[in-house]
This record gives sequence, structure tokens and C-alpha cells, in this order.
Amino acid sequence: MLSITCPHCGPRAEVEFLCAGEPVARPDASAPLDGAALAAILYERDNVRGPHEELWWHRHGCRAWFRVVRDTRDNAVLP
Amino acid sequence: MRHSFLSIARNALSGHSGWPRAWRDPPLQPAYDAIVVGAGGHGLSTAYHLARDHGMRRVAVLEKGWLGGGNTARNTVTIRANYLREPSMRFYAEGIRMWEGLSRELGYNVMYSQRGQVDLVQTWAKLRDVRRRQASLRLLGVPFEILSPAEAKARVPLLELDAQARMPVLAATWHPTAGVARHDAVAWGYARAADAMGVDIVQDCEVTSIRRAGGGVAGVETARGFVAAPRVALCVSAHAGVLAATAGFRLPIETVPLQAFVSEPLKPVLDTIVNIPHLATYFSQSDKGELVIGGGADGYPSYAARGSFHVVEDAIGAMLSLFPALRRVRMLRQWAGSIDLCHDITPILSPSPVEGLHLSVGWGSGGFKAIPIGGKALAHLVATGAPHPLAGHLLLSRFARGRPLFETAGASNRL
Repeated sequence: MLSITCPHCGPRAEVEFLCAGEPVARPDASAPLDGAALAAILYERDNVRGPHEELWWHRHGCRAWFRVVRDTRDNAVLP
Repeated sequence: MRHSFLSIARNALSGHSGWPRAWRDPPLQPAYDAIVVGAGGHGLSTAYHLARDHGMRRVAVLEKGWLGGGNTARNTVTIRANYLREPSMRFYAEGIRMWEGLSRELGYNVMYSQRGQVDLVQTWAKLRDVRRRQASLRLLGVPFEILSPAEAKARVPLLELDAQARMPVLAATWHPTAGVARHDAVAWGYARAADAMGVDIVQDCEVTSIRRAGGGVAGVETARGFVAAPRVALCVSAHAGVLAATAGFRLPIETVPLQAFVSEPLKPVLDTIVNIPHLATYFSQSDKGELVIGGGADGYPSYAARGSFHVVEDAIGAMLSLFPALRRVRMLRQWAGSIDLCHDITPILSPSPVEGLHLSVGWGSGGFKAIPIGGKALAHLVATGAPHPLAGHLLLSRFARGRPLFETAGASNRL
């Protein structure tokens, strides 16, 4: 089981958290969006093999959202 | 060499020293008519169908490790067609028909055993859904029945029906054409049959990137140098995104770990596949007597091919809640594969944004069952440029059209 460090609660077991995957930038609401651009935002991911910045939610703790950089080759959480 | 009673008898008399290699170890050529990246089940099946159905002989399958050594060797070999959406049902129903004749077609025993599958229903919503599925599957000629709890107990005597349970079993479904097969034999059978038609299977030859020429594909860069081909098919499951990035596009895919485990061997206790969708676990008993158990996917992207222990604990706990007789059984082995999970749980069998580069990815937790039909459909796409009639729903363009096909019948998303 992974140990994830919450910025408020410190290191906690993975089961307290939900991993929400790659952060996606909110699109510019004033720019027109076609199907391809919308698909890129909603569905496509970099799916990085290596250091990966991702969103975690302390679901069963303080309920904070924060970012973690984790190496997807060996699951090591990077500083 | 064809396997027959006579050839086995002749080789038995000569101490089994006369068997030839099952496939060649050919040198890498500088150019091919088509390259298949990845010698797992899908890659080998695709190469086989390119040679058999479309007469292509200058075909290479490039593999970074050894053939059948990735997810083909790591899955729980369940073959079934009881999917949620009609195009999926059609596709996998044809897949089952191909499995039924596969050993004979390849001249190689893939140990296909059509032993049926029981799914336990523990909510009223699920019961309504399986009634609809039963009607849809009946239209396609796929047998799928609804059983009462007592009928399920008669089919699977190990099942403990407890009316006081938090989620009592309300009903079950019976899918008699579901089955299992021997995963290694599937890879070996396709490799042998493709090799016999002249396909080059080159192992220990990692493809590191896709080379483009303008809007099309020029070939692939490998650990042994550049290989040219006007048509390239990616069958690399978890690593599809890494190779797609070298060709300049992204995919709606996340790579996550999926674990499986087997128990110590037992006397025969279970002659079907049992799936408990609400508790995210399923199991069957192998010919060696081991219980082969699968759980849900781990909750984070990873290429590490290992997962967290609590996922194992959840799956075993769920199994024991309905099968308490198994509580003293010890676990023998545990492992994980890295699965390519598509956003809508439906695979992608499609041309890519790079002309000549075709994709077979996103099979997620369900790729093994689709090896025959997936290879046939991808070969059709690679050879003719048009999607196979049964695979029109698998195109990548469905996302930009706003028409993803959300499936829910996979080990990663099980209801």
C-alpha cells in the first residue's frame, strides 16, 4: 500500500485517499471548443511513464485536494 | 509440423527428441509490408490474420521481451459475451464462435473449456439490468438465463445463501457459452500458425519510437535499428500511450495495475466461472485445481506491474462472504499486470491520426477473450483501411464526435 503525505495530516495510508489522476487545465470559456478540443480535455491523457504529477483527495481525512509527484515506473512518491 | 495422433505416436517412440522448433528465430529485415508491435495474443492473432485472410507475407511481429510474456501471461483467461452494449455483445459473441473452433484451426490445443459463468445479482437495479441484457443477448443468439438463488446454489454448491446478509443474493445469471482457455497455448498456437505462413516473429527487439514521414508512418525505431514499413499496428496495451507520444498524439487511456492471485491446488470444487460484480471479485478453478481469483483494479495510474495489498484483501474478503467454505484455503501466488484502461471501458481498434499507423488498445481488463476477434478485426483494418463490420463502434473518432460507448462490464468497473 502506498503512503501518501497529506499537506495537513502528514503521511497516511493510501486507502484514505482517492487518486484523481492527471490535473487538467480548465478551458478558456470565451474560446470556441470543437469536438476534438473537447475530447482532448475530457478524455485524452499524457499517461506518463516516469515522474507523474497527479491530484489526490484526502477523502476519508481532511478532504483537502493536493498534488503529488509519483514515479509511475515504481510508484515511489517523489519530493 | 502438424500435430496429429500419428506424429505424437512417432515422436513418443523416438523419445520426443525429434520435435522441430515451433517457430523460427528470424533475423530482422530492414523493411516489411506491415509491422505489428507487440507479440502478445492480439499482436500474434493480428499477424496470423494478415497472412491468412489478406495474403500478406512480409509481416513482422516485434516484441521487446518474449512472446506471450506480458498481459497475455497475467490475465485470468475469462471468455464471455455478456456485455452491456449491443455492439459489444455482437463483437464478443462472434469472438466466442471463433474460440469454439480455435484449437482445430491452429492445429494446437488451446485447452478451451466452455464451462459457463454464474454472475450473482445482489441489487434490484442489477436485476433489472440483467433482464434487459437477457433480452438483448437472446436477439443475438447468445444463451443467457436468469436463475433463482436456489438454482444458483444448485449450479454452484459452494455458494452460501444467507438471507440475513447485508447484500443477500437476489438472483443469478447463467451464461453457458462463457469459458476459459490456456493463455500460453493461445500465444504459442498463434505464433506457430503465423510463423508457418512466413510471418517473422522477432523477440528481444524493443520498439522505442514511431518514425513519421509527413502525415504518414515511415516505420519504427527499434533497439536493433530502424525498420521501414508503410503499415504499423500497435498491440502494446499498457505502453500504447508511450509510443503514441513518440508519434505526436495522445490517447484516452490510463495505465493502471490489475492484480490476480491463485490458491493452493484443491480437489475439484467449482466447474464454472463465478462473478460477484457488486463485491468486485470473480474466480474459477484451473485444471490444476488452483482457484484463479481476480479483483478490482488499483486506484492510481502505474506501469509498475504491482499493486496494493488492500485490493487483494478486499477481493478475498468479498469471496469469503459468499463462499465461507474457502476460508482456510491458502494463497499460492499473486501478481499484477499493467492494463490500458480506456476512458469509456470500450477498446479502441482504429486508425490513428498518423496515416498507416493503426491502434488496438484500451482492452483494459478484458483483452484475453478478444484475441481471436480482435486480431481478425485489426488485420482487416490494416489490410483494407476500413474497419471490420463488427468493429465500427471501436473507432477513436467516437470521442471527438461526443459518442463514447460507456461499458460497465469489466473487472475495472464491474456493475
